Amino acid sequence: MSLQFVVDGLLTGSMIGLGAIGVTLTYSILRFSNFAHGDFMAWGTYATLAVVSAIGAMFGKVAPIGPLSFGWPLLVALVVGMAFTALLALLLDKVLFSRLRSQGQAIIVVMASFGASMALRSLLEFTFTSRPTYFSRAIQIAMPVGFGIRITPDQIALLLLTATLVLGVHLLMTRTQTGRSMQALSQNAALARIVGIDVASVVRVTWIIGGALACVAGVMIGVLVQIRPFMGFDMLLPMFAAAILGGIGSIPGAVLGGLIIGLAEAGAVQLIGAEWRAAVSFIILMAVLFVRPIGLFGVRER
Amino acid sequence: MIDLVGYGAFFLTTALIFSLVTLGLNLQWGLTGLFNVGLAGFVAIGAYTSALLTTPDDPTRLGGFGLPILVGWIGAMVVGGIAAALTGMATLRLRSDYLAITTFGVAVVVQLVALNAQKLTGGPFGIGFIPRPFGGLAETPLLFNLSNLAVVCAVTLMAYLALEHLSRSPWGRVLRALREDERAAISLGKSARFYRVQAFAVGGAIMALAGAMQAHFTGFIAPDNYLPILTFQVWVMLIVGGSGSNRGAVIGSILVWAIWAGSGTLTSVFFPPEQQARAASLQIVAIGVMLCVILLIRPNGLFGDRPLRTRLGKRKRIDTAKSGSNG
Amino acid sequence: MSETVLDVRDLEAGYEPGVPIVRGASITVRKGEIVVVLGPNGAGKSSFIKAIAGLVPITGGTVFLDGRDITAAPAHTMVRLGLAFVPQTENIFPLMSVEDNLRVACGILERREIPGRIEEMYAAFPDLVRQRRTAAGNLSGGQRQMLAVARALIVHPKVLVLDEPSAGLSPKFVSMVFEMLAGIRKSGVTILLVEQNAKAALAIGDRAYVLVEGKDRHEGIASELWNDPVVAELYLGQRPQLHKGGAA
Repeated sequence: MSLQFVVDGLLTGSMIGLGAIGVTLTYSILRFSNFAHGDFMAWGTYATLAVVSAIGAMFGKVAPIGPLSFGWPLLVALVVGMAFTALLALLLDKVLFSRLRSQGQAIIVVMASFGASMALRSLLEFTFTSRPTYFSRAIQIAMPVGFGIRITPDQIALLLLTATLVLGVHLLMTRTQTGRSMQALSQNAALARIVGIDVASVVRVTWIIGGALACVAGVMIGVLVQIRPFMGFDMLLPMFAAAILGGIGSIPGAVLGGLIIGLAEAGAVQLIGAEWRAAVSFIILMAVLFVRPIGLFGVRER
Repeated sequence: MIDLVGYGAFFLTTALIFSLVTLGLNLQWGLTGLFNVGLAGFVAIGAYTSALLTTPDDPTRLGGFGLPILVGWIGAMVVGGIAAALTGMATLRLRSDYLAITTFGVAVVVQLVALNAQKLTGGPFGIGFIPRPFGGLAETPLLFNLSNLAVVCAVTLMAYLALEHLSRSPWGRVLRALREDERAAISLGKSARFYRVQAFAVGGAIMALAGAMQAHFTGFIAPDNYLPILTFQVWVMLIVGGSGSNRGAVIGSILVWAIWAGSGTLTSVFFPPEQQARAASLQIVAIGVMLCVILLIRPNGLFGDRPLRTRLGKRKRIDTAKSGSNG
Repeated sequence: MSETVLDVRDLEAGYEPGVPIVRGASITVRKGEIVVVLGPNGAGKSSFIKAIAGLVPITGGTVFLDGRDITAAPAHTMVRLGLAFVPQTENIFPLMSVEDNLRVACGILERREIPGRIEEMYAAFPDLVRQRRTAAGNLSGGQRQMLAVARALIVHPKVLVLDEPSAGLSPKFVSMVFEMLAGIRKSGVTILLVEQNAKAALAIGDRAYVLVEGKDRHEGIASELWNDPVVAELYLGQRPQLHKGGAA
C-alpha cells in the first residue's frame, strides 16, 4: 500500500474538517443539525467562481502565483465568497431558522434546513446546470517528497491555509470575549443571558464563522477536484460524522474528526475502490454512536 | 375519455403509493416524533428485496428466486422493518438530531449499494422483469391500471385503518406522550426506547411495502428512483397534510403529487426540451420554498394535531421531567 | 430612611399566557439592605425573582431599579442596568475554567479594568484562586456558589439577586454561603434573595416578605418575623402540606 493516501486523506480531511467546524458550532450553539450547511459550501464556491470570472473579464488573464495554479484573483474572490456565504447564512437564519427557533421545536428547524438545502441546491442547478466546472484547467505536476508520496503546490498551499484558519478559529474561541460568549451560550443559554451576553449577536457570529469556513472548504474542493451543485450535499454525511466523532461543540474535535474520516476514506479508496468512499463516514458514524456517542472530545449533555 | 380514466387511475395509483410511504412517516414522525430524513433508503430496501425474491433467475446477479409476489411484499416489510429497527436501536437513546443524521446516512449507503453492488442489485441499470400482479391484463391498459389501483386502494385502506387503530390504542397513547417530551423519552430508559424502536420499525416496514408495490407496478427499478428528492417529496406531503393525522397524510400525498405532476406537465409544455432539466430543478426550488413557508405560517398543515407551544412552556416541561427522573 | 434601589409593584408574571404564577406581588429594597422573600413551596417565589431578572414573561405591574423602569428590559441587559442575578441551579458554565467564568461576565466592563476586577474577586473569594484553571464543573457545591456570586458581583451591580443560594448544599456549606452574603452586604452591596431555609435567611436579613400564592402577604423586620404568629399561620401552618403535595 502506497503512502500517497496520507496526503489525499489529509486534504479530504481538511475540507471535511473546515465544514465540520460550522456544523459543530451550529449544533452546539443553535441546537440543531443544519442540513443546508453543505449547500453553503456549494453557494460559496459558485460565488467565488463568479468573482474570479468577473475579475478575469476586467483584468484579462492574470499570471498564477509562483508554482500555484491560481493567481491573486482567486484569493480576492475567496474573501468576497466568504463574505457572501456568511451573508447567505445570516439571511437564511433571519427569514427561516430564527423564526422557527422562537417556536421552540428544534427538530422543525432541522426539517426546514432540509427543505432549504433542497431549494438552495436546485437553484444552483437551475442557474449553473449540473455540469461540473473548474477554477482552472491547468494540470499541476506533483512533486515527489519521499516515501512514495507526491504532492502538488496547490495542495501544500491549501493544507497551510487550513492549518492557519483552524488555529485562528481556535484562538478566537478560547482567547476572545466573543469566543467565550459562544462557549457560554453552548453550555447554558439561560445563564449566558443572565451574565449579559446578547444571544442574537453571538448567533450572528456563529453563522458568519460557519458560512465563511464552508466557503473555504468548498473552494478547496473546487481547486482540487471540481465544482458541482451537489458538491456540498455530498460532503454532508462526512461533515456530520466528523462533528460527532470529534464531539459536538469541539472545534479541535471537528478538525481531528475530519482528518480521521479523510484518512479513512483515502485508505478505503486505495483498498476497496473509490465507489465505496461514501460508506466510510457512515461506518465511522455508526461505530461512534454505538461505542462513544459523545465523541472524542465531547462531554455528556446536561 | 378512456385515456383520461386510465391516466386518472395511474395517477391515483402513484399518489396512493406515496400515501403509504407518508403513512409510514406519519407513524414515525407524526405520532412518535422520530425524524427520518432517509426514508428513500427504506423504500429502496423494500423495492430491491421484493424484486430479488420474485424475479426469475438471473445468472448475472444473486437470485431472483421466482417466489410469489405476496412473499416478496412480506419479505420487503420484514427486511425494511429490521433495517429501521437497527437504525432506531443505534440512535434512539440520543438526541433526535442523531437519528436524523443516521437515517440520512442509511439513505446514502443504500444508494451506494444499489449503484455498486452489481451482484445484488444490478448496479446502475437496476433490476427489470419484476412480475406484475396483473401482468395478464397489460394488453388492456385501462383494466391493468384499474386493477393496480384497486390493489393499492385496498392496501392503503388496510394500512390506514390499522394505523388509526394503533394510534388510538394504549400503544399509540404512549408514543404520543413520548413525542411531547424528548428528554423524558430518553430518560425513561429502555421501555420507552423499545416503544419508539417498534414505531420506527413498523413505519420502516410500511415504507418498504410501498417501495415493493411500486416496483411491481412499474416492473423495473433503478437506483435513480430512490434519490433524496423522494424523501423530500414525502416530507412535503406529510407537512402539507399535517403531521400526526393519517387522513392528512393520505390527502396531503394526493394533493402534493397532483401539484408535482401538474407543474411537471406545465414545465414540459412551456420549456424547450433542452431546458427541461433546469426547469425541473426550479420545480424543486418551488416545493422547497413551499415546505419552509408552511412550516413558518401553518406548521400544523391541513389536519395536523400537534399543539403549538411556546418556548417557555416547553422549557418548563423539560424541567419537571428532569426532576421526575432524578427522584 | 435610605433611598430605594429596587421597587417592584403589583407584579404579575407566568410562563403561559392567562396562567399567572405571580399575582400582584410588591416589594421594595433599599440601599444597603438584605431583603429576604420567604414563602411556602409553590408560592411563586422563584418565578417572582426570575421575572424581576427578565427570565419569566411579565404580564402586569412594574419593576423600577434606581428609579428607572426595567419591566420590559430583556434579560441580557440586566447586568448593564445594574441587576445581577444568581440562579438556583446551573449557575456556572461547567466546561469553562473558573477564570473564564469570571471573564465571560465582564462584557460590560472597560477592557483595562477587567484583570484588576478579577483579582479583586479572587481576593474576596480566596478559595477560588487555587482553582482558577480548573473547569468550574469540577468545583464543590460551595465553591460553585461562590463562583456564581463572584461572577455576579464582578460587574458592580446595584443589587445582587439570588434564587435560593442554599438549595442543595450540605449544612456546612449553607452556613458558609450565608456568612458570605452577610460579608458582601458589609461591603455595601444591596441584596435580594429568595429562600426556603427561612431561619438561616432571617438571621442575616434586614427585612423580609412572605409570598403566598403569588402575592406578598406579610412584611416585617427579619429578626422579628420568625416569631410572628401571622407568619406562622401563613408559612409554618402550611408546612405539613408540603410533604404531602411534593413539588408544585
